[in-house]
Amino acid sequence: MSADEYLRVEVPLSASVARELRAGSRVLLSGYLLTARDAAHKRLVEAADAGEPLPVDLEGQVIYYTGPTPAPPGAVIGSAGPTTAARMDPFAPRLLALGVRGMIGKGARSPEVIEAIKKHGAVYLAAVGGAGALLASHIVASEVVAYEDLGPEAVRRLQVADFPVIVAIDSEGNDLFRRGVEEWQGRASKG
Amino acid sequence: MREIEAAKIADAVEQMCRKAAVELPVSVEAALKEAHAREQSPLGRSILEDILRNAEMARAKGLPICQDTGTAVLWVQLGQDARIVGGDVTEALNEGVRRGYQGAYLRKSIVEDPLRRKNTGDNTPAAIHWEIVPGEGLRLRLLPKGGGCENMSRMAVLRPGEGAEGVKKFVVDAVRAAGANPCPPVVLGVGIGGTADQVTWLAKKALFRDLGDRHPDPFYADLEQELLTLVNDTGIGPQGLGGTVTALAVKVETWPCHITALPVAVCFNCHAARAAEVVL
Repeated sequence: MSADEYLRVEVPLSASVARELRAGSRVLLSGYLLTARDAAHKRLVEAADAGEPLPVDLEGQVIYYTGPTPAPPGAVIGSAGPTTAARMDPFAPRLLALGVRGMIGKGARSPEVIEAIKKHGAVYLAAVGGAGALLASHIVASEVVAYEDLGPEAVRRLQVADFPVIVAIDSEGNDLFRRGVEEWQGRASKG
Repeated sequence: MREIEAAKIADAVEQMCRKAAVELPVSVEAALKEAHAREQSPLGRSILEDILRNAEMARAKGLPICQDTGTAVLWVQLGQDARIVGGDVTEALNEGVRRGYQGAYLRKSIVEDPLRRKNTGDNTPAAIHWEIVPGEGLRLRLLPKGGGCENMSRMAVLRPGEGAEGVKKFVVDAVRAAGANPCPPVVLGVGIGGTADQVTWLAKKALFRDLGDRHPDPFYADLEQELLTLVNDTGIGPQGLGGTVTALAVKVETWPCHITALPVAVCFNCHAARAAEVVL
């Protein structure tokens, strides 16, 4: 696909841009993402439940579900592709309510997450799983901003340039995982 | 009797860990190119292009293909006329994993206890499968197995009367249930027969086969092709976003079994079907 078939989008996401994105579009993200996966999600939700201040402001943020390999000498980050998003499903609606506007991962989401995406005008973006070297080449800076003790699961702020993703679930609840499979079912054997 | 130094085994495993994480096997890359030619969905094709570019980039930069550098699954075939000297062979295998994962900046993804979940910090222990074979050689095969695909594994004991149709249904149901999670296009290892423990190993063992090979028994070669068509007809496609290539290959391994049982297991590999092999 040539570069002009991609939309270019700034992150963190504004409310209006998040609502304009449509399932099926390919997007290049530039700006800043936060990373968090299982353990960090659990801590963020526990802190919010306890009424404690959060270590990072989540308003408008896009959270990338990734646990990179260690950075080799001279590199910003190691290989950094998406992990399975479904494991974050139990926490995602709560984080969306706290201001998160986008999530990047791989694989489908639960009906509860899709409902929360609609409710908060958010978006779920799919990055290509297993393309960790390619995706890392679009990460230009990385710093740990919370939960450093979690190692590869710490919360990082990543600066990205033209980071490629696909809009998988949009703010109207259109779900490319469901739509794509329905569209292509039974067609392989027909050539 | 031939003697093999434990230190040489550790060195070989260390090299294999680095190579497997960074260099996608030629047969997998060829299968991905063939999948790109066959994929009908434009989005699916563009995903396959990214996957192929990623493989090139990983090799050129010496970076892992995927950040989940996996559990080190080792299949060790030791000749009965060989003798390991100079140390504990299991420790030598784990020492190789330890040095390989630390030295090549791979991710350490193993916790020392399944419920208390403290990371071992060096990706040990490996999952080691032993086989004693004729001869005096030592063949080491490594499959770095990521969580996304491994976690979709399934096993069941069907009734014998369910036959090949029951096996096909079980495999397709497993693929549908897994959806996008195992990082399609996947490679499917299918075990049929044996006992409950054997059949899951057969499914895993099937993933060690070269992607381009053909089952030596024409009956199972046909079943592999039929399963591949059924799986690709699910429409799951690259990354589960829809398409006509859900699997690159299906590999079936079988074993004799009890008259009352038809055990079947499915083990998934992701499109980053990493592997390495050394013969000492």
